[in-house]
Amino acid sequence: MTSSAAAGQGATTEGELRPLRFHVPEPKCRPGSAPDLSSIELPTQVLPRPAIDTPRERLHEYAYGLIRVLGDDHRASGDWAPSLDADRLRQGLRSMLLTRLFDQRMLRAQRTGKTSFYMQCTGEEAIAVAQAMALEPNDMCFPSYRQQGLLVARGWSLVDMMCQVYNNSADRMKGRQLPVMYSAKEAGFFSISGNLGTQAIQAVGWAMASAYKGDTRLAATWVGDGTTAEADFHYALTFAAVYRVPVLLNVVNNQWAISSFQGIAGGEATTFAARAIGYGLPGLRVDGNDFLAVYAATRWAIARARAGHGATVLELYTYRAAAHSSSDDPSGYRPDGEAACWPLGDPIERLKQHLIALGEWSEERHAALTDELTEVVKVAGKEAESHGTLGRQTPDPRTMFDDVFKELPEHLLRQREQLGS
Amino acid sequence: MPSMTMIQALNSAMDVMLERDPNVLVFGEDVGYFGGVFRCTAGLQKKHGINRVFDTPIAEGGIVGAAVGMGAYGLRPVVEIQFADYIYPAMDQLTSEAARLRYRSGGEFSAPITVRSPCGGGIYGGQTHSQSPEALFAHVCGLKTVMPSNPYDAKGLLIAAIEDDDPVVFFEPKRLYNGPFDGHHDRPVKPWSGHPLGEVPEGYYRIPLGQAAVLRPGSAVTVLCYGTMVHVALAAVEESGIDAEVIDLRTLVPLDLETIETSVRKTGRCVVVHEATRTGGFGAELSAQVQEACFDYLEAPIERLTGWDTPYPLAHEWHYFPGPARVGAALKRALEY
Repeated sequence: MTSSAAAGQGATTEGELRPLRFHVPEPKCRPGSAPDLSSIELPTQVLPRPAIDTPRERLHEYAYGLIRVLGDDHRASGDWAPSLDADRLRQGLRSMLLTRLFDQRMLRAQRTGKTSFYMQCTGEEAIAVAQAMALEPNDMCFPSYRQQGLLVARGWSLVDMMCQVYNNSADRMKGRQLPVMYSAKEAGFFSISGNLGTQAIQAVGWAMASAYKGDTRLAATWVGDGTTAEADFHYALTFAAVYRVPVLLNVVNNQWAISSFQGIAGGEATTFAARAIGYGLPGLRVDGNDFLAVYAATRWAIARARAGHGATVLELYTYRAAAHSSSDDPSGYRPDGEAACWPLGDPIERLKQHLIALGEWSEERHAALTDELTEVVKVAGKEAESHGTLGRQTPDPRTMFDDVFKELPEHLLRQREQLGS
Repeated sequence: MPSMTMIQALNSAMDVMLERDPNVLVFGEDVGYFGGVFRCTAGLQKKHGINRVFDTPIAEGGIVGAAVGMGAYGLRPVVEIQFADYIYPAMDQLTSEAARLRYRSGGEFSAPITVRSPCGGGIYGGQTHSQSPEALFAHVCGLKTVMPSNPYDAKGLLIAAIEDDDPVVFFEPKRLYNGPFDGHHDRPVKPWSGHPLGEVPEGYYRIPLGQAAVLRPGSAVTVLCYGTMVHVALAAVEESGIDAEVIDLRTLVPLDLETIETSVRKTGRCVVVHEATRTGGFGAELSAQVQEACFDYLEAPIERLTGWDTPYPLAHEWHYFPGPARVGAALKRALEY
């Protein structure tokens, strides 16, 4: 039986078959060469804002387009332009700038040994900040480790964030977690796991629970381009589509997953927004460095979810301007100066120029705001440091046995005794 | 003989095997162009080509699943899971697939894959960059589980793992990558250069899987350990002045029971040390096997010294880590029983 099966005739005669191959994607530029992002094609036309009840099969082209509001002239145009007054725009600018200054101080703290680790979100501030402003304050966020802007935009205590980064005696996570893995239930900010993608499907479950209870709170989740390869991301899309879940599924495509460019995550063949299509979800690609576009697209997805049309995948197209983390050195895998070549600019600079173009801002006011916020961060830093820094004024070691379970079981009581005081 | 760090020794093992066997492929997250976040694969892509050493999507289940398919074809993939803490998405591919492929196909298919992964704490990694999950894999029948404690063994064991016809999970204590860390975190870091086990031949050699090494002969008590704890145990023995016999298991499955048995029959006492959590840890298995094989020879209960049954807490990692003081106390308890 085996031999007769093996002797079966194929459709092609053997001589016609050519050796097979596979392909390993490579970025255009590596260290040593000049940065060149000219291959990035930016659509010249922005697709119109569709009605929120547009059937998802009529939205396919949005997965390949790029929603933009701010033009090179720093003016807002098109029907995506949101109606945000100057005060709200200045609020967005303030939160983005505060996020960046916070990052800068905490990176310096890492360099001087006050914390073991830090992760900046430089160049990606518009995403978390605009989305936090588009969401209701109690909508639940399931972020990755680069959405600290959500907390900043929601007015969360910088001191509280810093105490976590310092793993000090006032750290509400009791010194357990890697720096930047915040948890702030009160701010609608879910505990960051640190494992990639695991929380996307949890956001879907959370939103299902909210819907089950007849609650009005949405859930939103963020993963990087690299993380879309994890199975958990695909669980999220499947469940979100099957149950028409009121959840926002954000993919922050910042081009780099540590040293791997987005082609290794599948970005060479298609867009990340287009992942949505196969699952029967709408997918929108958005200029992630355009504060107004991020806000507008997020509002659209929120309105759609609230109207009962289910989840949207937003690909926020941006660039990770800083290193992956304080442990990373990008000069080993990408050309120096690539961030400066990013064709979609810097989100803070673009919103600043927009406000100036509106006659609602100036270089002087911006400099004054920078000084003010630098002082805000400095004051917060001093207060946080008064509660300790890495290895100085840590929480009581005996607390390490708490919260493994709700009640301390017998064997952990015994182990706590063995630890001593 | 050249002196190598454990990183260089592992790199050399893969380099040697890529050179010797065209069926060897190396891949994982950031391992290609960049050479791995710990640099274990540095230079291998440039030397052996992008189709043999390459970056993968961030999908541990995908990495191991692809390796199983390649292994079934006849290749010998060596994959890296960036941190042992990230290995769980690959658990299904390892336990349900790689480990049972030979068995369920009656020997028709197999998965001769090697899964490398840095493990262990002491780098301020918190709960997501510090774990030692070896017991979970040792529990799975059909998987071999290895954990070297020095550059010489790391290279010889990795070559043996790559050549092995069964799936091997190969844990690398990252705290040992650059030196024989003995648990004294407040002292200067010692490098591998100058250490006898940092002397590593450039070419091919193997250390068979399933052979423990007696690193320090002694008569008072047997210490069973592996990975970072080998150096902690050696330090504790030296500092306590106890004439202990220190055995580096090197391979957990298959286990070298003969070496263990010979030693415990001689000393009559046994202390088991690991960094991983206690309950259901590999120490429980060792303790059971020693008890079964050496019951009549034991003069004291077998001591288990392990990490606490909590996730690895960042700020308290040195309270969590079973350092030389705790190991020394366990040795005394075993002796004074």
